[in-house]
Amino acid sequence: MSLMTQQSSEQIDVSQARGRVSWSRILGTVVLSLITLGVLWFVITNERFEWPVVWEYLFNPSVLLGLMMSLFLTVTAMTLGTMLGVVLAAGQLSDYWPYRWACIIFVGFFRGVPPLVQLIFWYNLAYLLPRISVTLPGDREVVGWSTNDLITPLTAAVIGLSLHQSAYMAEIIRAGLLSVDRGQHDAASAMGFSRWNTFSRIVLPQAMRVIIPPSGSQIIALLKGTSLVSVIAMGDLLHAVQVIYNRTYDVVPMLLVAVIWYLVVVTLLTLVQRRIEEHFGRGDAQSRVRAVSGKESTT
Amino acid sequence: MSAAAHDVSTDAVQETLRPVIEVQNLRKVYGGVPALDGVDLQVRPGEVVAVLGPSGSGKSTLVRCIDQLEEIDGGAVFLDGELLGYEQTPGGLRPLSERGRRDQRRLMSMVFQQFNLFPHWTVLRNVMEAPVQVHGLSRDQARQKAVQLLERVGLAEKVLAYPRHLSGGQQQRVAIARAVAVDPRVLLFDEPTSALDPELIGEVLQTIKDLAAGNRTMIVVTHELEFAREVADRCVFMADGRLIEDRPPEEFFTDPRSERLQAFLPRSHGGSGQERS
Ligand SMILES: Nc1ncnc2c1ncn2[C@@H]1O[C@H](COP(=O)(O)OP(=O)(O)OP(=O)(O)O)[C@@H](O)[C@H]1O
Ligand SMILES: [Mg+2]
Repeated sequence: MSLMTQQSSEQIDVSQARGRVSWSRILGTVVLSLITLGVLWFVITNERFEWPVVWEYLFNPSVLLGLMMSLFLTVTAMTLGTMLGVVLAAGQLSDYWPYRWACIIFVGFFRGVPPLVQLIFWYNLAYLLPRISVTLPGDREVVGWSTNDLITPLTAAVIGLSLHQSAYMAEIIRAGLLSVDRGQHDAASAMGFSRWNTFSRIVLPQAMRVIIPPSGSQIIALLKGTSLVSVIAMGDLLHAVQVIYNRTYDVVPMLLVAVIWYLVVVTLLTLVQRRIEEHFGRGDAQSRVRAVSGKESTT
Repeated sequence: MSAAAHDVSTDAVQETLRPVIEVQNLRKVYGGVPALDGVDLQVRPGEVVAVLGPSGSGKSTLVRCIDQLEEIDGGAVFLDGELLGYEQTPGGLRPLSERGRRDQRRLMSMVFQQFNLFPHWTVLRNVMEAPVQVHGLSRDQARQKAVQLLERVGLAEKVLAYPRHLSGGQQQRVAIARAVAVDPRVLLFDEPTSALDPELIGEVLQTIKDLAAGNRTMIVVTHELEFAREVADRCVFMADGRLIEDRPPEEFFTDPRSERLQAFLPRSHGGSGQERS
């Protein structure tokens, strides 16, 4: 052994070293390649996928319309849900117990109720509450609407998904806020920043690093969750392809059309998420410095 | 109350000598255990007071209570004669509104042991943001002032760096610039060098000394005895939440009265007065 070890007197430059051969990695690569080939083979050669039908319907107007509706619901529910979620998160951390408990109960409730149940409930709100109105003492109605006029499939979908989303976002944001060092609050209040300035300029931007990754997953879950609204006759992406295959019986290719669109949107969302993560990672030690080693290591 | 403090309070007609900070019988309790047990302290304009004492004696709690980062449980703190955190109403003494407290806080600045710079902002922004947000300076004015201050603490080339790119000593100098940028009535320091590597302590102490020379009112909690002796106009000693000695530095170090202080000071500080310097 000692014969093979280089003596220190000779000139050594480790930049001349070659990568180490790792048999376990080579084996892993081979297995992964075989699996990839197998899947591609299955997808391409299997007649039943009916790829020509997929291409024919991929840009079909009613499919695109359904996609738009899914995107609209996702954006709306995410926006409203996040705004409400911020308030709920701050409320849960309030040192005033009535606020704290109101928010904890609200979040607990809407996190616990399945979104499908909520959608059906909001859609049928008129059954419990035929009229929504503000009434003064002495039964003088100031403003009022018939519930059936207010609750369309669209409003029911927006309300249901937003409330569901707000409860989840509240928990994500709360965890983010708690991750910010206590000293940051101290420094901000010692400098005389108002509560709002402390929250919006100091605490929230730092919490973002913790908030964004799970929020990305949450948006993606929401996008797929919009397919639930087909039960209350909303024309989302899944609903659109269902309408078509109920007519043509091309179930598999039509589902593929939906899958392709979901994957396209999810991929785009993921790219955006990475960019945002980089933005909020500035000034942070872990985010940039990635040890990049040119050489293979064994383990 | 010490004799020196008494002289001044009887002489209160002289507005200029009214204490900037006056702490009266301050009490603070954590879970039934007193952290401050009736502390009295007066700090006059331009005076530098060093607060010394063993770990857990309540030094941090004292400066945090003065800056209203902690609710106090008894006694009172005045800034320029104005009661901090509370107001007299027809219905008796009541806590001040959030806004009122904020208006009082902006008259004080604090430098923390852990720096507490805002990591998502550049050095420049760390220093200029409070003057803009809290004191209503224009961004240009604030930037100019911040750059000037950063030059003064020797960090002119670092204005656009993020805090994590700086050494501990540099970060603390930024924190000092940030604290000074709002022209506070009083500067509070809570062990500004305790989180630093030994070779970085000197530069931060020098920065504080320069400030002290500029006639600023400061309360400095520190474990650096040498520094306290050199810079402070008065040294106070705390133990078990009480302020048990309050004297000019020479007497404080050469003639400690209480046994607690005698035990606290290392031998080299008693008597002879020959010091490293
Ligand atoms: N947030 C808190 N909750 C509970 N107890 C606390 C808290 N802060 C301080 N204390 C207690 O109050 C007492 C005084 O603490 P303080 O931090 O003021 O001491 P100190 O003199 O600054 O000590 P050190 O030199 O270690 O910083 C200690 O007994 C400490 O345990
Ligand atoms: Mg302390």
